[in-house]
Amino acid sequence: MSTLNQLRASAYRIRRHAVRMGAVQGQGYIGQALGYADVLAVAYCHALNLRPSDPEWDGRDRFLLSHGHYAIAFYAALIEAGFIDEEELFTYGGDDSRLPMSGMATYTPGMEISGGSLGLGLPIAIGIALGLRHQHNPAIVYNSMSDGELNEGSTWEAAMIASHYQLSNLICLVDINNMQADGPSSKVMAFEPLADKWAAFGWHVQRVDGNDLAAVLNAFDTARQLLDPKPRVILFDTLMGKGVPFLEARDKNHFIRVEPQEWAQAISALDQAKPEGA
Amino acid sequence: MTQPKPRLTTSAMIASIASEGQRTQAAPFGKALVAYAADHPEIVGLTADLAKYTDLHLFAQAYPNRFYQMGIAEQVLMASAGGMAKVGLTPFATTYAVFGTRRAYDFVHQVIAEEHLNVKICCALPGLTTGYGPSHQATDDLAMMRAIPGMTIVDPCDALEISQAVPQIAAHNGPVYMRLLRGNVPLLLDEYDYQFELGKAKLLCDGNEVLVISSGLMTMRALEVAQKLRSDRISVAVLHVPTLKPLDEAAILREAGKGGRLVVVSENHSVIGGLGEAVASLLLQQGVVPTRFKLLALPDAFLDAGALPTLHDRYGISTEKFAQSVKLWLKQ
Ligand SMILES: Cc1ncc(C[n+]2csc(CCOP(=O)(O)OP(=O)(O)O)c2C)c(N)n1
Ligand SMILES: [Mg+2]
Repeated sequence: MSTLNQLRASAYRIRRHAVRMGAVQGQGYIGQALGYADVLAVAYCHALNLRPSDPEWDGRDRFLLSHGHYAIAFYAALIEAGFIDEEELFTYGGDDSRLPMSGMATYTPGMEISGGSLGLGLPIAIGIALGLRHQHNPAIVYNSMSDGELNEGSTWEAAMIASHYQLSNLICLVDINNMQADGPSSKVMAFEPLADKWAAFGWHVQRVDGNDLAAVLNAFDTARQLLDPKPRVILFDTLMGKGVPFLEARDKNHFIRVEPQEWAQAISALDQAKPEGA
Repeated sequence: MTQPKPRLTTSAMIASIASEGQRTQAAPFGKALVAYAADHPEIVGLTADLAKYTDLHLFAQAYPNRFYQMGIAEQVLMASAGGMAKVGLTPFATTYAVFGTRRAYDFVHQVIAEEHLNVKICCALPGLTTGYGPSHQATDDLAMMRAIPGMTIVDPCDALEISQAVPQIAAHNGPVYMRLLRGNVPLLLDEYDYQFELGKAKLLCDGNEVLVISSGLMTMRALEVAQKLRSDRISVAVLHVPTLKPLDEAAILREAGKGGRLVVVSENHSVIGGLGEAVASLLLQQGVVPTRFKLLALPDAFLDAGALPTLHDRYGISTEKFAQSVKLWLKQ
């Protein structure tokens, strides 16, 4: 099977795991998970250098989940990548689970940081990237963040520092789903022209359709193989609810409303479009 | 494949702390602010992408031209509220308690408090009122705010108290930090003929074996405990202290000085730096030393994630565990 077809199957399974976790709690940031699944599939099943049996291996690429509320999406990717057993998704958000609703480093193997308080990821990534370089460790640091985090000053402070130190071992992934708590991100705090902003801060910038797997794959490969001594950012425009037509069509909200009986319907919608070989 | 066991779900940010069947009132903060602002044009509202989650959206709907969305930028939220106060406005700035305190501390301290500016900081999810883990559990907000000179601090118990507090903190000259309960907020103090007065503690019920001194959510719990223990013929007094700073020292000294009672200070906050330590310090310095004095508060720890009822049990602030602790202490 080609890489692209394998990734398509992975993205399908990531979406499926996430919806099953949502069903366990009857709630969750499922719109975000569906929208970001393609990016996570490429990250966890293609780009990152990892050892699932040894999550703390020194040479691993670091993936920082700054937007901790995306944990449901991230756990789904960890299951797909073999860090966590699929069975464990039944504990999602429950008491004493390793999979709390907001991602925390102390709970989950493969979770590098405790995000959730937005705007922490990129500053931490600066330190890890500087530290790895200092130790001649060739691992790459990925900071994954949401468009809401573009509001935080700490993001731009870190952006300036990253180019100052020419952190070419740093790749920042931004999910532009145009949504945050009080409404569309562009209305809460206008952020365009976003590519120009990052470029002005000294970053190598790509902006792609985050639900076009081939484009996502290409963007990751470009960022990894680039020789330019700059930090790299990939801006992914994504669609909340992607892959489940009735959720794609629903009024968009930070919390997408899902009725109890709709979790099973979401699973069947995914299964109907199940890619070959999945 | 194993079937999922029925389990308590983690309380979302939007969840209410009201227990099932409890009387509630929707969005008391938002409604009270809209009413007060009608003839106070100096009132403006600011938030950091949490209008919907602090009930400030009601103000935004009523007065779109007096509402400022600052995005998820809590430091700028606080400093710009300070700037607005410097030109004569009275800003109400809302976010979650963890972000209004931890993230924005220097901006509150240096911009707002140091010049004693007229900013009203109103923050949701106080103490342990979400199961999302330490990133959202404001177990140290009172300690941080108490350490700021000139900061007035209010920890209201229910919807009635929030409605009554809004006009008073708005009229007060200087910075205020108020803990906010949002959404469907429990309503109970109307049964106690209650009237909030900024800076005043109120004895809600009297009793001769136990004196509970409490604020916020824990006053609700204390009243439930008092009722519960009545059937065990244990009589509990509850002194509600909604204003933590300045503290109503006279009322606390009067009640704690009555003697013979187990004194319990109960708060939805870490044992470090909240009401408990404030009361202990006051009593010791004034030479009013109860024979038995206990703190019922959250531990000095990063708390777990999970379902809120589980966590309230685990950390001893549920009505059940509170009552058990009181009984145990009475036997000691
Ligand atoms: C520092 C900080 N401020 C506020 C919040 C509360 N909050 C949680 S999610 C959220 C919206 C964030 O935007 P984004 O991640 O783009 O939202 P989504 O795409 O998931 O709707 C906010 C304001 C937070 N978690 N951290
Ligand atoms: Mg977003």
